[in-house]
Amino acid sequence: MKTLNRWLKPSQIKFVKPAALVLLLAMAFVMPLSVQSPYVMDVGLQILFYTTLALGLNVVVGYAGLLDLGYAAYFAVGAYTVGILTQKFHFSFWVAMPLGGALAMLLGSLIGFTVLRLRSDYLALVTLGFGEIIRITANNLDVTGGPSGIFGLQGPSILGFRLVQPIHFYYLMLVVLVLSTIAIARLGSSRIGRAWACLREDEDAAEAMGINTLGYRLLAYVTGTFWAGLTGAVFAVKMTAVSPMSFSFMQSITILLAVVMGGLGSVPGVILGGALVILLPEFLRAVADWRYLVFGLALMLLMVFRPTGLWPAPHSLKGEE
Amino acid sequence: MSNILAQLLNALVIGSFYALVALGYSIVYGIIRLINFAHGDFYMIGSFIGYSLLMLFGKTFIGNGVFGIGLAMLLAMALTGGVGAAVERLAYRPLRGSPKIILLITALGMSLFLENATMVFKPWGASFRTYPVGLSRAGFDLAGVHVGYAPLSIFFLALGLMIGLNAFIEKSTVGKAMRATAFDREAAQLMGIGTDKMISMGFFLGSIMAGAGGFLAGIYYGQVSFLMGFIVGLKAFTASVMGGIGNLPGAMVGGMLLGLLEVFGTSTVGGQWKDVFAFGALILILVFKPTGLLGEKIARRM
Repeated sequence: MKTLNRWLKPSQIKFVKPAALVLLLAMAFVMPLSVQSPYVMDVGLQILFYTTLALGLNVVVGYAGLLDLGYAAYFAVGAYTVGILTQKFHFSFWVAMPLGGALAMLLGSLIGFTVLRLRSDYLALVTLGFGEIIRITANNLDVTGGPSGIFGLQGPSILGFRLVQPIHFYYLMLVVLVLSTIAIARLGSSRIGRAWACLREDEDAAEAMGINTLGYRLLAYVTGTFWAGLTGAVFAVKMTAVSPMSFSFMQSITILLAVVMGGLGSVPGVILGGALVILLPEFLRAVADWRYLVFGLALMLLMVFRPTGLWPAPHSLKGEE
Repeated sequence: MSNILAQLLNALVIGSFYALVALGYSIVYGIIRLINFAHGDFYMIGSFIGYSLLMLFGKTFIGNGVFGIGLAMLLAMALTGGVGAAVERLAYRPLRGSPKIILLITALGMSLFLENATMVFKPWGASFRTYPVGLSRAGFDLAGVHVGYAPLSIFFLALGLMIGLNAFIEKSTVGKAMRATAFDREAAQLMGIGTDKMISMGFFLGSIMAGAGGFLAGIYYGQVSFLMGFIVGLKAFTASVMGGIGNLPGAMVGGMLLGLLEVFGTSTVGGQWKDVFAFGALILILVFKPTGLLGEKIARRM
């Protein structure tokens, strides 16, 4: 801000943020048209998927302070719902997608209702265990196609136009991401978001202020699962296949790292984090074996030296202690 | 009938591994209220240290006999204990007083770090390693079942370690100081107890037990891998919650119970559901009896 003050009048500063946003969005929009490389396209799509997932997880971990280590399970639920419904029951993708989100929410509320009443640190392990249950179940059931999963999914069509190319899914995900960003940012500054922040910082105080702690926790948890289910649905049709391999524990960890790295509770930070968890391993290809070693170190170093992340949320109290 | 007996022995051995790891969860949780995600990895580290020591001894005059195995086990336990104390010192101590979620994420990072450091470390590596010593077939017949001396001694050795640890914490002065730290850290500090030392001690003791478990598991299963700690860690946590977390006898009972549940459960529904069993049990316990089977009323906090 200080450097900005030197160059711009105060009346101009308030335009900096919207201008930067518009620029970023324009870049994201133009990128696939100007760069013809399938590799760049693929990385771009991955970033869109991970930032959307990270935004969803940010509601749970960042806004409400609940550590969810099984987030990939809900991603799997969305993907499998679309896989099974469109292929075995010939549903339209546009019907199956919201159903995927809804089913993830249903499952999330069942799990959430059981664990959110307990000590908060139990949640981390139960969600981890639950994530494994979902993966193992998908790996062993017939309806999910077992270890080989479901493949040969048809791309969805909009008004007769069928989405098949990566670039089609890129724009679909870009729309999803932009809508998600707006929704989640507004949710964070709403009354609900303030209740979550209060709950996160001091549970007893929150309860004394009349906040229904179980209700709000459940709301945060279930909201997060919705995004995972939705993204999973798009992921399934983009890959044209659903495989239990895609929903491992490491998937949940990567999404968590995006949230933590960017900044718990910070929407721009989480988007940055989502981009970084995809881009950094691409740059570190030569030392691919070291990837998760670096991830682990990054998590620890961030927590010890910069727990608010690279782009902290404006009202994070944790950093000011 | 004979099949059931064989399964029982298997369940007791597996259960004692869970129990050994569960003790560490309980000690650490009791003192600093942290679920140490990296704890399962201490089990893995102990297993690998044992592997390297046995390989080394096999080439020297010490050999891989009973003496060599005993020495390797003691050293592996001590070194794993050192790793545990170092982890606490480097990663968790700087964060004392931070919000819980920060500590949990750090522990998760530590777990990832330990697993992948083991993977990229050349002598240990990414593939399964075969343990230099295996189970001997020697044993006796009981009601038509072959009972090996080796599994039996693994079980009794584990049991002895658990009873020893419990006695140390209940009877010794250091144990008393640890319990005081767990009960009220500030008051303990005012009474002249070095609480930081006691916390280190908790990590040290817990990791010793995990290291012993890992070493014995290496011998029992015959192979080790850098990911072996992940699922065992989760199950041991389940075991410690089953028994009532923070309660040492509870952790032992929980571990044995989980071993029985898993072995007899999988023999009825099939091996691919093995892990689902443990996690299902965890969720059910948390729903119906979150304080654990021994409960917090009977159990003193530790």
